[in-house]
Amino acid sequence: MDDTDGRSNGEGPVPDRPLTDRTEAGQSPNRSRRAAIGAGGAAAAVVALGAGAYLAERAGLLPGGGLTIKVNGKDHAVQADPDTPLLYVLRNEVGLQGLRFGCGLAQCGSCTVQLDGRAVRSCQTRVSAVAGRAVTTLEGLGTIAHPHPLQRAFIDQQAAQCGYCIPGMIMEAEAFLRSKPKPTAAEIKTALGGHLCRCGTHYRIVRAVQAAAGTLQAGAGAQQGG
Amino acid sequence: MAELRHLTPTRRAFMKAAGGLVVGISLPAYVGQLPTAAAAPTPGTAPFGPLTVPVDQLDSWLEVAKTGTVTIFTGKVELGTGTLTATRQIVAEELDIAFSATEIVQAITGMTVDQGVTAGSQTMRTQWATGLRIAAASARQALLGMAATKLSVTADKLRVQNGVVSVQGDSSKSVSYAELVGGGKISAQLSRTAKPKDASTYQVVGQSIPREDIPAKVTGVFTFVQDVRLPGMLHGRIVRPTRPSPLTTSPTAMARVITGTLANATLGSVDESSIAHLKGIVKVVTKSNFVGVVADREEQAIAAAQALKVTWNDPATLPDQSTLFDTIQTAKVNNTRVIANAGDVESALGSAAKVLQAVYTHPYQMHGSIGPSCAVAHVHDGLAEVWSGTQSVYALRTTLATLLSIDQANIRVNYVEGSGCYGINGADDVSLSAALMSQATGRPVRVQYMRADEMSWENYGNAMVMSLKAGLDAGGKIVGWDFQNWSANRGGRPAPPGNVPAGVLAGFPEAPPPASPPPSPPLGDDGSNSLPWYTFPSQRVRSYGVYQPWLFTGPLRSPARLQNTFAMESFMDELAAAAGADPVAFRLLHTNDFRLTDVINAAARRANWQPRPSPAPAQSGTTRIGRGIAATRYEGSSSWVAAVITLTIDTTSGVVRPTQVVASQDCGVVINPDGCRAQIEGNIVQGLSRSLKEEVKFDRSGVLSVDWASYPIITFNELPDDIRIELVNRPNLPALGVGEAVISVIGGAIGNAIFDATGKRLRQLPFTAERVKAALQT
Repeated sequence: MDDTDGRSNGEGPVPDRPLTDRTEAGQSPNRSRRAAIGAGGAAAAVVALGAGAYLAERAGLLPGGGLTIKVNGKDHAVQADPDTPLLYVLRNEVGLQGLRFGCGLAQCGSCTVQLDGRAVRSCQTRVSAVAGRAVTTLEGLGTIAHPHPLQRAFIDQQAAQCGYCIPGMIMEAEAFLRSKPKPTAAEIKTALGGHLCRCGTHYRIVRAVQAAAGTLQAGAGAQQGG
Repeated sequence: MAELRHLTPTRRAFMKAAGGLVVGISLPAYVGQLPTAAAAPTPGTAPFGPLTVPVDQLDSWLEVAKTGTVTIFTGKVELGTGTLTATRQIVAEELDIAFSATEIVQAITGMTVDQGVTAGSQTMRTQWATGLRIAAASARQALLGMAATKLSVTADKLRVQNGVVSVQGDSSKSVSYAELVGGGKISAQLSRTAKPKDASTYQVVGQSIPREDIPAKVTGVFTFVQDVRLPGMLHGRIVRPTRPSPLTTSPTAMARVITGTLANATLGSVDESSIAHLKGIVKVVTKSNFVGVVADREEQAIAAAQALKVTWNDPATLPDQSTLFDTIQTAKVNNTRVIANAGDVESALGSAAKVLQAVYTHPYQMHGSIGPSCAVAHVHDGLAEVWSGTQSVYALRTTLATLLSIDQANIRVNYVEGSGCYGINGADDVSLSAALMSQATGRPVRVQYMRADEMSWENYGNAMVMSLKAGLDAGGKIVGWDFQNWSANRGGRPAPPGNVPAGVLAGFPEAPPPASPPPSPPLGDDGSNSLPWYTFPSQRVRSYGVYQPWLFTGPLRSPARLQNTFAMESFMDELAAAAGADPVAFRLLHTNDFRLTDVINAAARRANWQPRPSPAPAQSGTTRIGRGIAATRYEGSSSWVAAVITLTIDTTSGVVRPTQVVASQDCGVVINPDGCRAQIEGNIVQGLSRSLKEEVKFDRSGVLSVDWASYPIITFNELPDDIRIELVNRPNLPALGVGEAVISVIGGAIGNAIFDATGKRLRQLPFTAERVKAALQT
């Protein structure tokens, strides 16, 4: 049981680390740390590689697949084989992070995007199937500066722990709220029934969707009234 | 290859370039920027800086910019639990700066202090007691000393507000931290005698400050380790012994369902020609029984891994799951630990009015991260750099040195947050896989596991057997307590590569079982919650480690502590029933620990607990209602928790439905109340899931729990509507852990509620409908 106990692995109640300088003898740690990072040493040269540069680099890897897909309102010419799951195309060719590989089997929901406004699992959707249709990802809903009411509500409710499942939850909820603008908590739970969260953020997620429903309703009411 | 821009940055500038590694106010500005791996080493230089970072130097922990922003360097990492926010709070508090004036950088070997493994509910406890709180208090003291010299007053005449030091009563005389050391070094030592602030003056500690990673996480711009991209990066997938193999003969990137693994199989043959016709294949990497495929594009790697024709020799050496617990209990014991041995247990039991005995069991369970583990490695020219979601960058560096035969000085491990791990999931394992594939190709390789790889090749939470015996006197008090447990172990956290599946497959030896410590005197530790948190006149606790080449194991949220707590709190309930006592009153009768008493009372009060013995008076109909309590002092002194759970049981189906969960926790001073609540909610949900549903299934050949269909976890509709959380705040006591304490008591509270509802005692987790139904029919 020693390894589960974790003591032998430095887990568990702290053998607090001794307050001794454990750097190599003779090295002034800060000097060497900074020197190593900078100082003409090519050793730790740093470059900022933007998403654009990465994608440009990928561009020549395959002779043109010839597909054009419309993602968040913009057309993208993509090179993947037509049978490629949409997930990898959106992440690696379009450069999006608002959808995530979870199971590849449509069991968990973390790769959920919208296709013509309907929530679909991008891990089981072939890229060829979306040509001519509108793909919307989490990035298409809003930004940190201008979040969608659902994103705003998730922030307000602090409805994420690790956050890996959250994009799929929001994309499902957004589609759901359009079909059911005033849901009960039970209806929200059922709508999200096919989405898994391992951190246990469920209560906050349901509260966030409820709060967003209220905001969206108020907005819709104002528009109608205005 | 993208153009390399040679910079001579300060540490802070480096971190800014390092993109997702920085969490602070300006995180979004860095998204999309990532560091390259190092170029070839110049002989005689240290390519990645010093091997370790000195604990006692304040500059190791904190850096003040010219703008006054304080960058915090933490060796404890964010695992999705909010500890970066709480850590920034305690630093802001001690330095008297605004929370928004802090940024934080997480574990990078050679750049952050080695604070050990981020695990065991120990992060805030460590930061509070010996880590960043002490560093910040020391820095404040050093900065005040500098200000005193500058302003020609004694330090006791100074006050600090928002990073500006001024003379009390004459605010015209002032100097800011930035003016004192901005852009330079503090050049002072961490002081054990620096006096942290008094709790009565707290302004930032105790506030529910929102987490700054959440806006990025809900808008799709947060950089997980799964999002790390390097110039020239290839994609890899592992090929492990599965049934069937290959998964498909037609090349497709659409994930395939497997039926099971072959746990201890050896490699027969790899037919590279089976994928020769596929596009983008760079290399099939084979090392001993480790097989991986590297390709230009991710979907190409997936298709190739599924189509690669591999044969395996299956020795079918796993134990029969139907008799697993007997097998564990009768297997060779590799080490024995005596946790407690006080008083004369034998004679106490011999003269007791009533003696009870029971055996409890807990299955292998999995971490079950939603995002399969991922790592990026670049091994080239004698250097290795890895971006990993590991819980311990330094230990992983040691492992990689052995794995790759590269000196530690030429390796850097960068922590990048992954999907929640809850212990040692595949984060280390995949780091080894990526490193092997990068070493074989000389190119940066990103490896993400497929769902089945993640679930069937992880270090599971241990299967355990707990055997208890206790005696009651005529007055209903416990006079003797005898506890023994057996745990099935294999591997663990990687220090030797052979502690995780990737290392073993690659041919590295498994570490020998640890030797037994001397039997006497007893260890004096809490033995992973096997040392009773109640007071008995005599007690004996013995723990037996069984090491067999079955399933790999390792720490899973409340490792062994959950198993032991489940058994002990269930057995306390059996004893209470035998004594005809109310379960709450019976617990309180056996403790004089005020912190335990307070959390039990807090939970009972909030649940409107009505004193009476269990089981409940006979109920009619097919729906039975019960309530149960469980409590613990987590890991000896790492927090005190209790839970009261109310549930219903459908006697025809056996389905258990919790209707209310009340949890209380004393984790010392509450740094961020909403953060604590979020963690307790997570403990409740994951605890319900593990108690009601989760069990790794296997046959003699391998694991059968390979996806969410074969290892279901709890979903929205199965959760009770009513959860209530009571924080017992102790502003004057040190901060303790929240991450995995409450989960320890969920199983016991449910089992006790099932007994209350039905009079049937279930001693095997999980409490599936089939087991409950079977128990009701006896």
